[in-house]
Amino acid sequence: MEFFNANLPYLLSGISVGGQYALIAIGYTMVYGILRLINFAHGDVFMVAGLMMVYLSTAVPIYLAVPLVILLTVLLGFVIEKVAYKPLRSAPRMSVMISAIGVSYLLQNLALYITGGLNKNYPTLPWISDTITLFGATTRRVTVITPILTILLVAGLVLLINHTKTGMAMRAVSKDFETSRLMGIKINNVISATFIIGSFLAAVGSMLYFSNYPGVTPTAGAMPGLKAFVAAVFGGIGSVPGAVIGAFLIGICENIIKALDTILMQLGVIQSGLGLATFSDAFTFVLLIVVLVAKPTGLFGEKAAEKV
Amino acid sequence: MKKLVSFLLVLLLALGMFAGCSSSTTEPADDGASDSAAAADGNVVYIGVFEPASGDNGAGGKQETLGIQYGHAVQPTVEIGGTEYQVELVYADNQSANDKAITAAQTLTSAGVSVVLGSYGSGVSIAASDVFGDAGIPAIGVTCTNPQVTAGNEHYFRICFLDPFQGTVLANFAKELGATKAYCLAKQGDDYSVGLCTYFQQAFGEGNCVYETFPEGTSDFSAYVTNAKNQGCDVFFAPTSTEAAALIIDQAATQDLGMPMLAADTWDSNVITSAAQGKDNIELYVTTFYQEGGNAEFDAAFKEWINSDETNLTNNNGNDMISGLSVMGYDAYFVALEALKAAGSTNPADVMAALWDVTYDGITGHIEFDDVNGDAVRDAAYVKQCNTGTGAWDFVKVQYAE
Repeated sequence: MEFFNANLPYLLSGISVGGQYALIAIGYTMVYGILRLINFAHGDVFMVAGLMMVYLSTAVPIYLAVPLVILLTVLLGFVIEKVAYKPLRSAPRMSVMISAIGVSYLLQNLALYITGGLNKNYPTLPWISDTITLFGATTRRVTVITPILTILLVAGLVLLINHTKTGMAMRAVSKDFETSRLMGIKINNVISATFIIGSFLAAVGSMLYFSNYPGVTPTAGAMPGLKAFVAAVFGGIGSVPGAVIGAFLIGICENIIKALDTILMQLGVIQSGLGLATFSDAFTFVLLIVVLVAKPTGLFGEKAAEKV
Repeated sequence: MKKLVSFLLVLLLALGMFAGCSSSTTEPADDGASDSAAAADGNVVYIGVFEPASGDNGAGGKQETLGIQYGHAVQPTVEIGGTEYQVELVYADNQSANDKAITAAQTLTSAGVSVVLGSYGSGVSIAASDVFGDAGIPAIGVTCTNPQVTAGNEHYFRICFLDPFQGTVLANFAKELGATKAYCLAKQGDDYSVGLCTYFQQAFGEGNCVYETFPEGTSDFSAYVTNAKNQGCDVFFAPTSTEAAALIIDQAATQDLGMPMLAADTWDSNVITSAAQGKDNIELYVTTFYQEGGNAEFDAAFKEWINSDETNLTNNNGNDMISGLSVMGYDAYFVALEALKAAGSTNPADVMAALWDVTYDGITGHIEFDDVNGDAVRDAAYVKQCNTGTGAWDFVKVQYAE
């Protein structure tokens, strides 16, 4: 029991950060499912959502800033798609990807210009930033809320995909782009809807993430974005439940690796530290390689059916 | 239509690139304009400011630069060999990154500076050292405390104390706090924090330390805080950049760390005090170069200067609290002027030769260089504690290595 109590904080922060990765990962996976595009700018949209909160919270009260940030982030995602990806719809896939990389750098550099490269302190969101005690572990309420909120949002998203007309259109488009167009599906609307959902989740994710780790820098989106992308690939890119499970796994594993020295010493397996914490990031990427070697389409990925 | 859109897109992206560069080049560009005005008089001497304005150490670099700028505002001219010279500062942003540091240093050497000041952060100074050495330009480190900066070369000097000294001071102070087991946290591949942790462990006893490193780009420090608690440590030593520091302090408060936190000169910043303000369960000490109140006259004039300009205020993190870094920057500027006077010429080689014998009584104390590496001879560090109620630093004591 003592062992459990001592190590609960690792599990809690693992689940929490996993939930935040999941919210970003869905954006990657949905866009890939529909456009076959890896939207490299997604991590930076997440960062911009964080910066918007920093600046908006000084101008308007928090209860107004929260919906406003969500709205503006959604708008940003929508505009990025219209400006940078839509004109390249019939261009080779590589061109769109380069365009995505361009948008990513554009956002980072704009943020660098606006913030002057300095770390911005994220405002304290009331209630979710409160400190609570859970089974003897002190943590923030956001740690507990994140996984619950993530699962609720994902359940809602799965319902939307499986039981609404928009969802049906999304599934059709992801199966076959050209045919669904012939069937009268308005492709552009479906794609816009995808970007709107992705950006909405990224905005929610950024609030949860930065409430826990309250420093926003121009590159703050890079690492979470990269890990969320890994999570999406890990779970099978294109699959929403896959991305969520992948994200939780990565979040938890990452925190356990950071703690492995301490845990092993408690168990008496080793006498002195091995410096394993250093490898927490490396581990994430090794995991990706291993999964891709063993199962090239990821845990829940669809088998690519060759059409002749 | 399509062509127009793609053209606009290209334009937008190109602008983005400039936006990125501008943070590193705007300042020298500004200077370029005033240069030409001063150059009309003929006698201009250039001093390079090699500091980070962005990246991990951007906040600290800006505060150090502020001190240099204030020095320049107080004393914009220098008499060299009987002629009055106008001093011009040339800025280069090393972006807190070892790979960017070299390009930044090259900008300075090609701008024809006589002497370079900086940088905040030892890693970038070590990386750029050879560029200055090859160009024969002397550099004066302001707060780069790693021994490697000056070791084995003749062009890098410094006016601050060194990490072996600072690590020992911190270890002694930790013992005075009654600590028996220390948790040391450094950033992987960062010369400054890894170096300090090593010296701290040597002085504290390696068997009594738990040492861990975190990778670049980490923002989740919760596991490290839990590790420190679970390993039964009673002091938390984390001489990291201020950016990581703010996140570590936040996690420590959230998880109720329950042991004093120790850090070195980088944490002497109002970034830290504002991160710790209102978090009553945080007990935080730093060692540093200067304590506000050490020279009332200087403090008042410097504060007035900061408040006189919106940009200065922003660069000082929004308030007029005096950082030890700024004061060191101020002293470094005057040491550079002394060197120029002693050299009697603006030729970098003469300045380098003259620097060895320069002595100067600055705000932070008497400055002179030893004749081995060109390190400042200093034997004391100030220990300050963060007052979480008022968000200010409280002076604790002057700590010596012995």
